[in-house]
Amino acid sequence: MKKAFPILAVLTALFLAYAFYQAMFIAPTDFAQGDVYRIIYYHVPSAWTAFLLFFINFIASVQYLASAKPSSQRAVKWIVITVGIVGFIAPFIPQVKQLLPTGMYPSSVATTALILVGLYFLIGKYFPGPALDVLALTAAEVGVVFCTIVLVTGPIWARPVWGIWWAPGDIRLTSTLVLWLIYVSYLVLRRFSDSAQTQKLAAVLAVFGALDVPLVYFSIWFFRTQHPQPVIGGGGSMDPRMLHVLLISWMAFLCFAFLVCWSRFQLEKLRREVEEAEALESLMEPGNPAAQTSKARVPLIRGPQ
Amino acid sequence: MKSFWSITLATLTKDIRLEWRSKDALNAMLFFSLLVVVIFMFSFDPLAEESRHIVGGLVWVAFLFASVVALNQTWARELRNQVLDGYRVSPAPATALFVAKVLGNFVFVILLEALMTPLFVIFYNLRVLGPAWQLIPMALLGTWALVVNGTFFAAMSIRTRSRELMLPLLLFPVSIPAVLGMVAGTTSILTGENPAHFYIVLLLTYDVVFTTACIGLFDTVLQAE
Repeated sequence: MKKAFPILAVLTALFLAYAFYQAMFIAPTDFAQGDVYRIIYYHVPSAWTAFLLFFINFIASVQYLASAKPSSQRAVKWIVITVGIVGFIAPFIPQVKQLLPTGMYPSSVATTALILVGLYFLIGKYFPGPALDVLALTAAEVGVVFCTIVLVTGPIWARPVWGIWWAPGDIRLTSTLVLWLIYVSYLVLRRFSDSAQTQKLAAVLAVFGALDVPLVYFSIWFFRTQHPQPVIGGGGSMDPRMLHVLLISWMAFLCFAFLVCWSRFQLEKLRREVEEAEALESLMEPGNPAAQTSKARVPLIRGPQ
Repeated sequence: MKSFWSITLATLTKDIRLEWRSKDALNAMLFFSLLVVVIFMFSFDPLAEESRHIVGGLVWVAFLFASVVALNQTWARELRNQVLDGYRVSPAPATALFVAKVLGNFVFVILLEALMTPLFVIFYNLRVLGPAWQLIPMALLGTWALVVNGTFFAAMSIRTRSRELMLPLLLFPVSIPAVLGMVAGTTSILTGENPAHFYIVLLLTYDVVFTTACIGLFDTVLQAE
């Protein structure tokens, strides 16, 4: 970590600078919105990164809850595999194909389903036991930061383009706000509860939050259809040059998010190790009867990094 | 299965009897929501036509805040004399306890709503323009949505440092789709402008999803150590 971190940090900074250059000078100016639209290169990549991190938080929480019992671990595994198979096959069925929004190909939906299922097993493989909980915490914290960026840049963009700061019926803005609220409450729970139960309670809350997301989306979607709305956005395909810059920008943001997550993950792991070592040491103090029986010293255990 | 329901019934009777003798939660909820009604009346001073548009929101905000009072009491009561620890070591299924608590809170909040609704009608000069019978499934489903998650999150917040403070912080974000369904649905019934069917279906979905999740995960929360 010590060696790789500065190198990766410099590379990420360069990448972000390149993305900035692309966004500000290379990407063509939007016909309707002018230069204001360039905020999209910060707004949308932050949103995608935040959603990915929240999804990682959900997966890690499910894995953490399932790892308590081997039977539930097996059950969840099969559920995930079933979801993956259904998600892969369903987009190709003609009836489902019609439901997909225009511009979304069945093959891309199927691939996404496979990637998400793959993510579940990768996380389970590389983050055993307590590391899952650290991962969930890290993903939620960094996700909230990126989600905040989305919520700040959204109104800044909306004001010159739509003429209003906030559209209460806009499905994307409002559901992102609710998502942000849910994950802030997740972090509040972790802050207010400092016992050993916190991890399980937080994992349960994360599952509840994830179950809530589709309901939030549909409720706002229907709410919108009943209320008069300003004419907003309205699909349309993007200039390929713009899409290119958008993807570069997203990659840069992903690198940045990974870097922040990585250092936060190591920090949290160290903090827990120190806490454990301190707890053990206080058990071994001379006044403690447990110390009479065992003379072993407790080193600050550091695994290979 | 017989023992499951007998445990549920025993806990439910105990809770209702306790409440019947003390009337703590119910009195607090009633007075609190009465205050909300009066304060809102002064702050908005609406005409009959306007009030039809806002009262759906007012009613449910009042019930939401008032029900937190009852929900906080649910588990705090069991902490005295280590009753909750007794439950934990007993062979009784945890879900039986949970279902009993939810049913108990459901009865209290429905009672509150039945008593408060006439007051809303009087203070705001309400006359329903849509199909009024739809308010009944709306109230039942909406209350269940509040109470089932509220009881669950109350069991979670009891484990944290500042218990009473935590419950609304955990409950309200997750309840947003349900609250939106109740408020928008009630408003469309009151004004008669839109059909409310979607909102009833939304609440029903919400109830089914979260009741399942609560029952599935309650054991984890109760035994979390």
